[in-house]
Amino acid sequence: MDIPFLLRLDPKRAAEEISAGLRAAVEGLGRRGGVLGLSGGIDSAVVAALCGRGLGGARVLALLMPEEDSEPESLELGRAAAEACGIEWLVEDIAPILRAAGCYERRDRAIRGVVPEYGPGWRAKIVLPPLLGSDRLRLWELVVQPPGGEPERVRLKAASYLEIVAATNLKQRTRKLLEYTHADRLGYAVIGTPNRLEYDQGFFVKGGDGAADVKPIAHLYKSQVYQLAEELGVPEAIRTRPPTTDTYSLPQGQDEFYFSVGYETLDLCLYARDHGLPAGDVASPAGLSVEDVERVFRDIDRKRVATAYLHAPPVLLDSTGSASSA
Amino acid sequence: MRDRIDLERDVRRFLADNFPLGKDATALSGTDSLLEAGVIDSTGVLELVGFLEDHYSISISDEELLPENLDSVDTIVQFLQRKL
Repeated sequence: MDIPFLLRLDPKRAAEEISAGLRAAVEGLGRRGGVLGLSGGIDSAVVAALCGRGLGGARVLALLMPEEDSEPESLELGRAAAEACGIEWLVEDIAPILRAAGCYERRDRAIRGVVPEYGPGWRAKIVLPPLLGSDRLRLWELVVQPPGGEPERVRLKAASYLEIVAATNLKQRTRKLLEYTHADRLGYAVIGTPNRLEYDQGFFVKGGDGAADVKPIAHLYKSQVYQLAEELGVPEAIRTRPPTTDTYSLPQGQDEFYFSVGYETLDLCLYARDHGLPAGDVASPAGLSVEDVERVFRDIDRKRVATAYLHAPPVLLDSTGSASSA
Repeated sequence: MRDRIDLERDVRRFLADNFPLGKDATALSGTDSLLEAGVIDSTGVLELVGFLEDHYSISISDEELLPENLDSVDTIVQFLQRKL
């Protein structure tokens, strides 16, 4: 089974089909255009280009929404992505909203609960230990770096971890709030940017980047998003940038915070899991042992169970108190 | 060494108090994998380790964070018996 071959797209055809489907979906919702957040990463750049093709550049608004912990290059790359596909864009600096909501203060207070000396000039991120090569249970760790010092890792207590994540999730929720504000103003739909790995594995914030009216690339594996990016003329600087969360003050790869392996490997494993293929079929193309592929399979299954709540629609109760989903 | 029955009661009570799928203690056999059964997730493991460290005043090293020590009621109890 040649899984890398099976993950190959006909990018020209896919771009045409998705942009046409996007136009039909937006029209079906009775909206006249689309709003999206543009992060400077590959997924939102591809969705921006698909929106430009499907809806027309004048009917698409991209929001660039930096905050205190954003890499400066993210803003430049977001602008480059918007200009490459000829869509409207504007900058909404969300740092003042986040300060007013206590995002940074709540996060820093939670970090000081673990590292009391943490203060101005320090940087931090949350990481998971590696998955491959060991069956060790993986506990969230905080990495802190004092000004001019070396990074230190500290195991987190559950309450501190949840406080930090809850505070940080204000970033994704604030961005979505602004996307819907502009969507209301313009009569547009909000276009989401998750790829298949993020959507399937629950790598999104409920009511934040998980909220959207249309999610046009949620069926695409990450390597397919890259194939589409080339076809759509996404700037090379975005296509060659390693995936990052751009959420914490220390640089944080998606594969150290949430995914257990790099996207190329996870694409192969997720494809195999989705199609009932044995670990042995993936081991060679992924360059992993069969045992490690089985570890990734288990991690995929556990994340699906753990994040089912994020996908769940609201539960409605009838007059007898019985539950039914919206 | 602590009494096995007391330890199992404490662990099951912790699971019942903190995780919806841990409430039905009779449905959870001593050998069921807590992760595979969906009783706890990665945050739940963090909570479990925190509970064991705080409640029994022990320190659990990275090397001890293994399924054979912490992934079922029975293994947790046996692990505690060795530690205490």
